[in-house]
Amino acid sequence: MFKATVIVKRRPTILDPQGKAVEQGARLLGFNNVKNTRIGKYIEFFIDTDDREVAEKELKEYSEKLLSNPIMEDFEYHLEQVNQKN
Amino acid sequence: MKIKFGIVVFPGANCDHDAYYATKKVLGYDAEFLWHKEPDLKGSNAILLPGGFSYGDYLRTGAIARFSPIMDEVIKFANSGGIVIGICNGFQILLETGLLPGIMQKNINLKFICKDVYLRVENKNTLFTKLVDKNVIKIPIAHGEGNYYADEKTLSELEKNNQVVFRYSDSKGDVTPESNPNGSLNNIAGIINKEGNVLGMMPHPERACDTALSRTDGALIFKSIAESIYK
Repeated sequence: MFKATVIVKRRPTILDPQGKAVEQGARLLGFNNVKNTRIGKYIEFFIDTDDREVAEKELKEYSEKLLSNPIMEDFEYHLEQVNQKN
Repeated sequence: MKIKFGIVVFPGANCDHDAYYATKKVLGYDAEFLWHKEPDLKGSNAILLPGGFSYGDYLRTGAIARFSPIMDEVIKFANSGGIVIGICNGFQILLETGLLPGIMQKNINLKFICKDVYLRVENKNTLFTKLVDKNVIKIPIAHGEGNYYADEKTLSELEKNNQVVFRYSDSKGDVTPESNPNGSLNNIAGIINKEGNVLGMMPHPERACDTALSRTDGALIFKSIAESIYK
């Protein structure tokens, strides 16, 4: 069993309206040093195999085909073998 | 005393004009829009936080609107006993301010729901419901995140203090799992603060005021507020 964590981020060159709106909130609170707020997604799941290669392949495909949009997003992942789902 | 509803306009609010139409054009009270960036309630004696999608609902519903400059004034107004009603997104904003307890989760069926619902009026002894002369009212909902959640302690406090004002029910007033549209704990549709001057509700009373829309139960809530201000 593997535990996977995936972080999906918008490419730096792509406008992030959500991040901009949230940063307006930072200004309202007086956080004037806060710059370039960008919002991504953190996703975690388990992969039910003991073969790292299989796990990694599935993780990548899942991330490329569904979790992220390759036109505007990049993803990072972490894969860790665990004894059982918790 | 003259009754003036102050309707706060946030970027992304979309029920502000409905609220203005209902309170001013249909019910004949004074009403004024209050731009969220101006910390001035302009002599309003009831504040209405309207529905919509303030700041695009980014981060969490109401999370950014809660820090709009006018909100400090609204919180002061509420803490000094002023009447505040938050409808839909307005309710979500009140939850973020902490004037009302709990949070909203996504509807349990993951759908945006727009339909008429029946509400059992659980507490008619409030500033907002004193003129409600029936046990069940019909008011529309329109939300994607109206699934009310609070921890056990908060929930039992709300129930103990009679702070649950409206509960989703069937047309006869039976509170059933089938009549719960969004998964809210205890079928909660609207709650009041302990002091009784701040109400949050997911259903839209402003959409149920004009007889042309063939539903008028929402007017009972605004009339109750007006009556409360007179006294």
